[in-house]
Amino acid sequence: MSQLFGVRNDLDRVVKEFFEDFTKGMEYFHGWVPAMDVLEEKNNLIVRMELPGLKKEDIDISVHEGVLSISGERKREAANEPSEQFRTERYFGRFNRAVTLPKPVHVEQISAAYKEGILTITLPKTEAAKPRQIEVTVG
Amino acid sequence: MNNTLTTEKRNPSLPAVEEAPGLIPLVDITEDKDAYTLVAEMPGVTRQNLEILLENHELTIIGRRNLAAPEGAEFLVRESKPHHFRRVFELDPAVDSARIEARMDQGVLTLILPKTEQVKPRKIAVS
Repeated sequence: MSQLFGVRNDLDRVVKEFFEDFTKGMEYFHGWVPAMDVLEEKNNLIVRMELPGLKKEDIDISVHEGVLSISGERKREAANEPSEQFRTERYFGRFNRAVTLPKPVHVEQISAAYKEGILTITLPKTEAAKPRQIEVTVG
Repeated sequence: MNNTLTTEKRNPSLPAVEEAPGLIPLVDITEDKDAYTLVAEMPGVTRQNLEILLENHELTIIGRRNLAAPEGAEFLVRESKPHHFRRVFELDPAVDSARIEARMDQGVLTLILPKTEQVKPRKIAVS
């Protein structure tokens, strides 16, 4: 075996090992848990998920009774040639996450975009969930 | 579109990255007879915001991203890290740095690091 890549500094290694142990544990119990953000703006809820390297058709999004579910699968690409693995930190396989939406949304108007490995789901809030300005009349 | 890195690229204007804690991208590295392949996950990083530095057999990959809340929006839950990606690798001296290729697709960087001709196993025909 020829000389291989070495992670340069010790800190890098320590952090990585910790991270590896931590995420290995998670993988054992839950599979893969991609990071998710939930944001709110005036008219929409926005849910973002870090999903690097997936195919659009391998991502499933559904809403049922106010719960948004995102699932999918990262498929391993078959190697063309026999190769030796030095580092295998990435996850392959299925993930499944669900979040209870904090506000009612128009289910039929939900849209999703997948760009730079980030899934962004825009969920328009129902009128009742939008902030309303109440005018004060002076009388 | 030029995806091939043929020269060393250095950018001195990276204070934001140096100061930030930096997120270590998850990588897979494989080797076959012709090349090493490094695959790094950097969600949210565009091709333009990717920096690959090569100096004395030291390879640094930096991916800058902006996952701040869009204007007028606020986080209810935040799991994404507000950091840039950064990781340094020591390269096998056999890597032919002039022929390194980089590709970015949906937040995944693929680097092909070919070996120089003389280190590739060669089959010598016996006449």
